[in-house]
Amino acid sequence: MIRSSRARRAAITLAATALVLSACGSDGDDKSNDAAGGDGGGASELCGKNLAFLGALTGDAGALGQNMVGGIELALKEYNADNADCKINLKTFDSQGNPDKAPALATQIVNDDTIFGLIGPGFSGESLATGKTFFEKGLPSISPSATNVTITQQGWTTWHRVIGNDNAQGQADAAYLTGEVGAKKVFVVDDGQDYSKGLADTVKEALGDALVADDQISVGDTNMSAIVQAVKASGADAFFYGGYYTEAGLLAKQLRQGGFKGTFMSGDGSEDPNFVKVAGTQAAEGAVLSAPAGPPPADFGASGLYATQAYDAANIFLAAVQDGASSAQEINEFIGSYSNDGVSGPIAFDENGDIKESKIYAYFVKDGKLDVENPQAIS
Amino acid sequence: MDLGALFGSFDNFLSYTAGGLVFGAIYALIALGYTMVYGVLQLINFAHSEVFMYGTFAVAWTFIFFHGTGDATWSLGKAIPILLVALVVAMLMSAAVALLLERVAYRRLIRNNSPKLIALISAIGASFALAEAMGLRDRFAAWFGLDDDLADYVSPDKARDVYSNPVTIQPHELFTIGGYGVTDVDLVVLGAALLMMLALDQFVRRTRLGRGIRATAQDPESAALMGVNSGRVVQITFLIGGLMAGAAATLYMMKIGSTRQNAGFILGVKAFTAAVMGGIGNLRGALVGGLVLGVMENWGSAVFGQEWKDVVAFVLLVLILLVRPSGILGEALGKARA
Repeated sequence: MIRSSRARRAAITLAATALVLSACGSDGDDKSNDAAGGDGGGASELCGKNLAFLGALTGDAGALGQNMVGGIELALKEYNADNADCKINLKTFDSQGNPDKAPALATQIVNDDTIFGLIGPGFSGESLATGKTFFEKGLPSISPSATNVTITQQGWTTWHRVIGNDNAQGQADAAYLTGEVGAKKVFVVDDGQDYSKGLADTVKEALGDALVADDQISVGDTNMSAIVQAVKASGADAFFYGGYYTEAGLLAKQLRQGGFKGTFMSGDGSEDPNFVKVAGTQAAEGAVLSAPAGPPPADFGASGLYATQAYDAANIFLAAVQDGASSAQEINEFIGSYSNDGVSGPIAFDENGDIKESKIYAYFVKDGKLDVENPQAIS
Repeated sequence: MDLGALFGSFDNFLSYTAGGLVFGAIYALIALGYTMVYGVLQLINFAHSEVFMYGTFAVAWTFIFFHGTGDATWSLGKAIPILLVALVVAMLMSAAVALLLERVAYRRLIRNNSPKLIALISAIGASFALAEAMGLRDRFAAWFGLDDDLADYVSPDKARDVYSNPVTIQPHELFTIGGYGVTDVDLVVLGAALLMMLALDQFVRRTRLGRGIRATAQDPESAALMGVNSGRVVQITFLIGGLMAGAAATLYMMKIGSTRQNAGFILGVKAFTAAVMGGIGNLRGALVGGLVLGVMENWGSAVFGQEWKDVVAFVLLVLILLVRPSGILGEALGKARA
């Protein structure tokens, strides 16, 4: 999902870039392993080197980045326990999800010789802002969470993602509304931002004749009474919103209070417990929020949205190390031909770096809270 | 463009108008703060939007204090006791912020007769500082080691995120005008706003303090010669503006239910627009301007789509100012006759 660079209106205290686990690879190990390169574990030149994470660790979306780092650290812990002679460590770079801050960090990452792969960037905006840098330096990257459709259309052959893009989500959402819900007239609204409009446009296109009308709000709008009136006048039996949880919550609240009885649906930008807080439990009840990410398996050792995707992304790099890949190009080739089942689902990439098979899930607000444990697969 | 959406049926027309009036009433209450300060000091108190924003947080905090953080949905009747307390707390909070603002950002500048532009810049600075301070409230609490104890109030790590009143006030439809179900919440918002306006109008027109305010607005030097304490009048002006913003914040939280550290910005711009549209410096103008702006926004949304509502509202502002450069009512605070 894209986080817009919300107007950061004043100088904020400097968020210290957290440098976690800056590894000092032992020279001895490297020498003894120099001649390696075959299959089997622990023999790569990459031993003792680092993966990098670029994404929001603080700021409005900091929690999502923390989830991702949790997944990556779990993968590294498991790997390092089995490969004590070839440890891989993580360096994190906190962009706060801000496309303006990410490029400087991207430069740091590509100039750091100890980094052989990137997990991230977290959001679409920063991905678009940094993709060229990574591509030109040939650093392979796998994003756990950036879903904007256009990223993989830039020709950046080192860029991959282990999550379905907004096209996949929009089509699944439209199919869910017309199929499972049985909606005949869907009213679609977005907030005009890249992510929101992209998702809403896909939904509109996939709805076809079932689209009864559409409208656009602005981020920060609180008075939705005109939309409520338009929805009621259109006779819509379902409502789709492309955008984030604050406006989604206000729309749900005011629509219900205005007497709208149909299905309220939104995408992953709204899939947040705050949606229920803003809408109020009564208005949020029954809302459907889709996301291209499922819940983790029961015994998974990390938690939160995108933790499984980050875990899978890290494991792809680690598999490349074990396979004996020693250069960026070899890693990139390895990723391109990778095909395996991750905890988030089957993983294989098409020629653009998009995941071949993506699952979209519908989450429901039930009994006054967002039920994150029992989503329904809708694609 | 879809004129049919607005004018296709009388019911639709009434619905859009009624929805706009409710929001317009909130704009009008905030606009009072701009208009009062401008009337007395010819100064645009840019930070007034933050005075309002602090009030919205005070309302949410009051509910959390009495009710806790558990999400609940109440009818208006059940919420009224806490709402009344919240109204007082919000008015006090906003008034305190307004007075602080006057003391820190303006008093020296006014006393030294510095150019209005300097005061405006000071106001913009104060606005940013106040909004960002609210966005960093968890850090302030952490300095005192209170961030855990006050976690519900300062929301650590999420202080910049949207902040909601845990109690959602569910409106009940009382009767319908056209297709629009008029709810108890709508009536209270409109009624309370009109009542506050009326009270303030009478205060300024009829009381001794009100006469002092009008005298200072007309001619500060003569007023001072006649024994009006102009420093005190300025403070009272800020105090009243803050009280009204606190009331607006309570009504806003009743209707919308959530806020954030930058929530004041857009509403502040709208309210300032309302004040200018009605005739800045004119109390009744603030009411007229607020209601006109609220209704115009909704009409604009209906005809052109919601994303055009600001274009419509602000083009209207320009047109009104072209025809009546001093606003719809255009009469200054000082000229209001008792």
